[in-house]
Amino acid sequence: MAEAQTKMQVSDEVAIRISNMNKWYGTFHVLRDIDMTVNRGERIVICGPSGSGKSTLIRCINRLEEHQQGEIVVDGTELTSDLKNIDKVRSEVGMVFQHFNLFPHLTILENCTLAPIWVRKTPKREAEEIAMHFLTKVKIPEQANKYPGQLSGGQQQRVAIARSLCMKPRIMLFDEPTSALDPEMIKEVLDTMIALAEEGMTMICVTHEMGFAQAVANRVIFMDQGQIVEQNEPKEFFNNPKSDRTKLFLSQILGH
Amino acid sequence: MSDTHAETAFIRTEMLAPELPPVTERGAIKWLRENLFAGWLNTALTLVSLLLVVMLLAKILPWWLNGVWNATSLGECRTIAGPEGGACWAVIKARWHQYIFGFYPQDAYWRPILAFALMFVALAPVLYYGLRSGAKLIGVVAVLTVLSLALLDHDITHAIAIAALMAALFALAWVAPKRLVYLTLLYPFIAFWLLWGGSIWKPVATMAGFAVMALAYRVIQPRLGVIMATSMGFIAACLYWLFVQGLITGALSGLQPSLPAVNSDQFGGFLLAFVIGVTAITCSLPIGVLLALGRRSDMVLIKTLSVGFIEFIRGVPLITMLFTASLLLQYFLPPQTNFDLILRVVILVTLFAAAYIAEVIRGGLAALPRGQYEAADALGLDYWQAQRLIIMPQALKISIPGIVSTFIGLFKDTTLVSFVGLLDPLRGVTQIVRADINWKGIYWEPYIFVGFIFFLICFGMSRYSMYLEQKLKTDHR
Repeated sequence: MAEAQTKMQVSDEVAIRISNMNKWYGTFHVLRDIDMTVNRGERIVICGPSGSGKSTLIRCINRLEEHQQGEIVVDGTELTSDLKNIDKVRSEVGMVFQHFNLFPHLTILENCTLAPIWVRKTPKREAEEIAMHFLTKVKIPEQANKYPGQLSGGQQQRVAIARSLCMKPRIMLFDEPTSALDPEMIKEVLDTMIALAEEGMTMICVTHEMGFAQAVANRVIFMDQGQIVEQNEPKEFFNNPKSDRTKLFLSQILGH
Repeated sequence: MSDTHAETAFIRTEMLAPELPPVTERGAIKWLRENLFAGWLNTALTLVSLLLVVMLLAKILPWWLNGVWNATSLGECRTIAGPEGGACWAVIKARWHQYIFGFYPQDAYWRPILAFALMFVALAPVLYYGLRSGAKLIGVVAVLTVLSLALLDHDITHAIAIAALMAALFALAWVAPKRLVYLTLLYPFIAFWLLWGGSIWKPVATMAGFAVMALAYRVIQPRLGVIMATSMGFIAACLYWLFVQGLITGALSGLQPSLPAVNSDQFGGFLLAFVIGVTAITCSLPIGVLLALGRRSDMVLIKTLSVGFIEFIRGVPLITMLFTASLLLQYFLPPQTNFDLILRVVILVTLFAAAYIAEVIRGGLAALPRGQYEAADALGLDYWQAQRLIIMPQALKISIPGIVSTFIGLFKDTTLVSFVGLLDPLRGVTQIVRADINWKGIYWEPYIFVGFIFFLICFGMSRYSMYLEQKLKTDHR
């Protein structure tokens, strides 16, 4: 993996900037004073105990959740209640969910071509070519005409990744992509994600796969109680955690 | 236990061939044992039920089979049937045309028949989109139509012309099934013209209202967005229909081509039930979808209006609505507006059904996981795209049983229009038949006949919904 690391270059260009962002669910303060910048080509892993707000944070980046205070700028577009900006950001940012969220009434191919055809206005033939390209990339072109219900969990998650890639996003968000999978399927999904990272995709990934974090991430962010507690390069983060909360978390997650 | 090893070790030398299960565990015997004679209670229930069925048949069958088909009055029926008694089906034979057409002019029967046949042609692309089954349906309907015309209509040219038309439509459905959608869109106007007659320019002028709507949408959409454009277009079309269209149709009414006009009070029987039922079914589904979406909307005004509408309509009996249609609406409309009674009834029945459909669809929407909305959002689909491509196909699929049972209920409820003086098949026509001195005292036969036809139609709808559920089943759960 060492040579892969060197291939992955991070540019100085800012892809996402979040400053002083706060979010409440009703009166519950879920995200507190979040400040972070993601450069183009960066691969960030966010970890933390459940309920720490890590999923909420990345869902704010494509406005699946609304923030009440502060600023989120994605690719130069600020997220406000302006629907045009939201749609623009969403078509630039791909998202992969814990439960895949494939559309069960459409075939795999239709799942992948739907958004390019309707949002990007790509001609159908061309959209299908793009879809087959990415399905080949995630190694399941032969399933194109099946329905999601006929595929295994790992295959469905790879389709979900291909579906996001078909929109040619500049940023990919992963919300616990392997948490709902059986152990033997986790690897096939992680391999797909590693391949994507090697191509220089900007990625933010909420995950508990520490091996993945060590192999791919160039920054690990640890969150607790709605705030960023610690962030560092993976080597430092795992070998030499600074805060007690991080140490406790790492001992619990790696300690068996 | 000295040589355990020798006892546990085992090597199969030849493989066993598969065998049939024992006689009592297969075929009809197994079915009988499991379903009818499993245990003494089950056996006893089976025998008692059998006895009941036999007794019932012993009572009914002689009456049924001893039925009289050729007679001119109930008295004659009774004489022919003799002392053991029998059904008097002769009344159906004598009055069937009233049950089907009401007082529709006899020499124009070909018009409702053609409209009925074209209804299936228009339905074919909806029921079986892009499939050859649609063409087969049209073929069967075409043969039946031509047969009934040949038997009913004295003017053989009608049968020949319609045979040619249906053959052409069949060929079109076979070659290019998707093209039929255009006919589906035109069908409401064609059917209106065929049934009510008059100048063809009247339905054309009505159609122009949709052109007005489209034009307003085109003009407004780039400036004010989809929602404003849709509502303004709708308002423009309504204004056109209320104030402009009357003038246009008045001016064009004498123009050819035209059919002899038939008044609404001549409609009756199943013709009336179909006009009301089919129109209300077709219109209530889209309105119901919009109401269901409105009820789940974040916009307070739209949500309040939808909830208010749905709860009001569901809280009021249909008969009240029908009386409103026949009496009250007339007070609110400008004087001298001749707002057809059937049209008024259709509008209120549609709204009534739409409220129920909205709740059924809301159930389907609630059953969809949140992830579907989120995935659609995350891909950048806008609200209407997400609804049309992701949410509605799934929500409607879940709601098929509920929607179809609402439709079946609606179709049967069309008989309630007898309360506002329309000739529904059940009460309206039967009353007229029984008022006839020849058939005074007849009771069971007309109701059995009408009930049987209703059953056929409703059963057909129910079977179709099961076919559709099977066809759309892709989740492999």
